[in-house]
Amino acid sequence: MLSALLLQSGYNATLVAIGAALLGFAAGMVGTFVNLRRRALVSDAMAHATLPGIGLGFLAMVALGGEGRALPGLLAGAALTAALGLWAVQALTRTRLTEDAAIGAVLSTFYGAGIVILTVIQTLGAGKPAGLETVLLGSTAGMLEMDAITLAIGGALVLAVLAVLRRALVMTAFDPGHAAMMGIGTRAMDTALMLLTLAVVLLGLRVVGLILIVALLVIPAAAARLWSDRAGVVAIIAGVIGAAAGHIGAALSATVPDLPTGPVIVLLCFAAFALSLILSPKRGLLRRLTHAG
Amino acid sequence: MVDPIPLTAEPALAIRDLRVSYGANPVLDGVTASLARGAMTAIIGPNGAGKSTLLKAALGLIPTTGGTALAFGKPVAQALPRIAYVPQRAAVDWDFPARALDVVLMGMYRRTGLLSRIGKAETAAAMDCLSRLGMADFATRQIGALSGGQQQRVFLARALAQGAELYLLDEPFAGVDAATEAAIVTLLKALRDEGRSIIAVHHDLSTVSAYFDRVLLLNRRTIAEGPVASTFRQEAVARTYGNQIATAIPA
Repeated sequence: MLSALLLQSGYNATLVAIGAALLGFAAGMVGTFVNLRRRALVSDAMAHATLPGIGLGFLAMVALGGEGRALPGLLAGAALTAALGLWAVQALTRTRLTEDAAIGAVLSTFYGAGIVILTVIQTLGAGKPAGLETVLLGSTAGMLEMDAITLAIGGALVLAVLAVLRRALVMTAFDPGHAAMMGIGTRAMDTALMLLTLAVVLLGLRVVGLILIVALLVIPAAAARLWSDRAGVVAIIAGVIGAAAGHIGAALSATVPDLPTGPVIVLLCFAAFALSLILSPKRGLLRRLTHAG
Repeated sequence: MVDPIPLTAEPALAIRDLRVSYGANPVLDGVTASLARGAMTAIIGPNGAGKSTLLKAALGLIPTTGGTALAFGKPVAQALPRIAYVPQRAAVDWDFPARALDVVLMGMYRRTGLLSRIGKAETAAAMDCLSRLGMADFATRQIGALSGGQQQRVFLARALAQGAELYLLDEPFAGVDAATEAAIVTLLKALRDEGRSIIAVHHDLSTVSAYFDRVLLLNRRTIAEGPVASTFRQEAVARTYGNQIATAIPA
């Protein structure tokens, strides 16, 4: 375990640990803005809506004569149905439906469709579907050098976009009316935030899985909020918490056989949140207890 | 200082036949008004008269079903760099991770832009704006930890940081303490004396004459608009409110 943490347990485990840390950092940073703009549940719906796309991507690649396992094809399908899910939420919200009802309907319908498609694929016997279901909860066992490089490049791109847009995103979240008056395209910022979130979801498919990626977006940001009153600082702390959870989680799951990576990372995020709740300097339980009288 | 106002000056805000509906209910039923430059104008009317809606619709922050709004003779969308807007306090998320200074710096976004960083000059200018409202000592407080009056001053400091020529304020005196009210009035009058234009939604009929030069009486449409002395009269106010509460006002 210790050797896994210190990146000394083999080349593959080292790749996984670095990749998971990068993913956690990007997710924590993006998640801070998702929380501030109150898009956590929409992000969850979008993550679940990737599943039918993964199945369809597989089928499309098999139909074209491939094995159906190529990551770019699966990700393209995932992005397509995720965007469709996002559009469906927005279209439903324009009716009388409230946003939470629209999210509930879209999330479950898309996820259900995804499970049906995956089941059909298993019974079809075409291509090589073994391991396709790991996108649900994440598995770093079969992670390759290519996956880690993808994570590094994707994470760096996400962070670069975030660095440029950070003030505009914060202002849009805080006071969209004022942001618009200051010349910020608030709709463009909302779209950009959703694209950044989609990028994190796609990057996280192998590591955390689509069911729990929302936790890596939301929980580090919530924990970080307890440590600072400045949006930029909150984002950085959230990134660090996400990176630590990703790194330690990947190391743990590499040590214990069959331990899925996603749930372990999420539990570590929650541990950081619980610790913040107790220890935070201004809002922590400890401070409230010691300053009670 | 703003340039001296030429005699032929366009009004600060010219609204023509502005219409807004929430569902089937008209909130603004064809409002036309011409609000003068270099003056402090109060927008007065009962609850549901569409006062806040008028500000938001004129700024293009909510969809309209008809009409136009010109600021300084140009469509408002083109004049936005010259306009500052202070929303109602209730419309703000006070738990947001931002300090008073951060909020004021948001008023300087056009200056700092997308890529450039906030430097010492911007921070100093923002501190100046906070000082003008007596808020320099609270610059690093999270906004939710401020009193209602202090929060209102922070938002006014943000408007000040924009260096605007036209200030639209939605109930700037609602729920603030007497000291804040006095500080805000002093600042607004100073801005007016520099040639800037102030338009404020206002609730307290007893202070209209003391604070404002002009008044717009509104109840879904314009009832009257003009100088306080000749327009803010019992008969017109009673017509605006649809009853006889106007006993404190000269007949």
